[in-house]
Amino acid sequence: MLRSYLPAIVFIALGAVVGGTFGVLNAVLGPRRVIKHKTDPYECGLPSEVKRGFRFGISFYLMAMLFILFDIEVIFLYPIAVQLKAFGGFALGELIVFIALLTVALIYVWRRGALEWK
Amino acid sequence: MSSSVAVVGFYEPWWIQIIKALVIFAAAFAILPILTVYERKLLGRFQNRYGPNRVGPFGLMQPLAEIVKFATKEPFRPTTSIGYMFRIAPMIAILTAVAALALVPFGDVQHIFGQRVGLYGIDVSIGPLYVFAFAGISFYGIMLGGWSSGSKYSFLGAMRGAAQLISYEVSQGLALVGVVITAGTLSLTGIVHAQRGMWYLIPQFAGFVIFLVASFAETNRAPFDLVEADAELVGGYFTEYGGTPFIAFMFAEYMNMIVVAGIATTMFLGGWLLPFGIHPPGWVDPFVVVAKMMIFITFFIWVRATLPRLRYDQLMSFGWKALLPLATLNLLVTAILVVS
Repeated sequence: MLRSYLPAIVFIALGAVVGGTFGVLNAVLGPRRVIKHKTDPYECGLPSEVKRGFRFGISFYLMAMLFILFDIEVIFLYPIAVQLKAFGGFALGELIVFIALLTVALIYVWRRGALEWK
Repeated sequence: MSSSVAVVGFYEPWWIQIIKALVIFAAAFAILPILTVYERKLLGRFQNRYGPNRVGPFGLMQPLAEIVKFATKEPFRPTTSIGYMFRIAPMIAILTAVAALALVPFGDVQHIFGQRVGLYGIDVSIGPLYVFAFAGISFYGIMLGGWSSGSKYSFLGAMRGAAQLISYEVSQGLALVGVVITAGTLSLTGIVHAQRGMWYLIPQFAGFVIFLVASFAETNRAPFDLVEADAELVGGYFTEYGGTPFIAFMFAEYMNMIVVAGIATTMFLGGWLLPFGIHPPGWVDPFVVVAKMMIFITFFIWVRATLPRLRYDQLMSFGWKALLPLATLNLLVTAILVVS
């Protein structure tokens, strides 16, 4: 059974080879004339004042947490979806209860304003 | 058509598996540069100009010239960047895109030189979840690339990219559940066989539209290309990349487009099946699939030429407040219709 994954391993190896080639190609073929201003981070003509460590909006954290909640929902739905025809009404009931609970969660998140981008 | 029932778990001898993986990859690798020219030619025509037409016949040699040009550029990275992550990010982007290509089925199990060969990379019992897994990893390519560059624009592009990818991945996953319920299998060849009577484009039209919209966001294509919004972020997460690492990100973007077009073809357009009961010989199947994929890719380019970019808060609220409830509703209605 696991043998049917062999082509996937070949694809991953090919991806690594192509990625590695693209990664090093212009280090091999390109010239090297280093001056200080070339290695500044990009800034539209101004002297760059970038330091490591950025601060960013709280909304990004919220999105990440919501994603974990709803992506797990999706993953749990797949096994039910495959066998839904076989199990019929019982599985449908379970599916509806499951989605209803998550809809409540979505409505709560929505009402609390977590989906507003700030 | 050799077999009428999909055999999940069927696999060939190991040498055939390796050869077919190499052949599929070589074909995609050959088509990909042509796609870049095709996109620019088509965009040019949409804007009443010619597009690239100097290098080779119809400008077809343009990608070759570009690879030579990019490869002979000087490699440099900002002093604020984190070296090993900066180098590894484009490799992650390519690796995940190529790995996802393994799932796209180009045909059924055929007899070639006395051997039974499935015209797909893998046909496994987890089906689309394999693509979602690699889409999940591919986001590290964008995230690490942007974050480790140590530049404002890259960083903002990466954060936006991360938030956008994870928001639309949920709707994309939910849109396919409707198809899985109707087909009753996760194997992609099985799903194509289940579309014998009618392509899922018709009964699952809502799912198709949701999947398509979410795919635009997942592949960072216009009108959802907020990740690389050039008017505000210069180049987004690859602002600091030049030379072949930059090509690597472009390569990954086009490869993702091919994979998404392949999955959409398989899930909604009946894969290698033709309408009106036409049954061509088996060797035609890959050409049918590629032709259907080209329809999607042309549509992607057309939309890029037509629609302006969204604002970022509109993008997020559209994903969570419109697509997610719609996808859930589509799933519920499908489930109730299938069971009753």
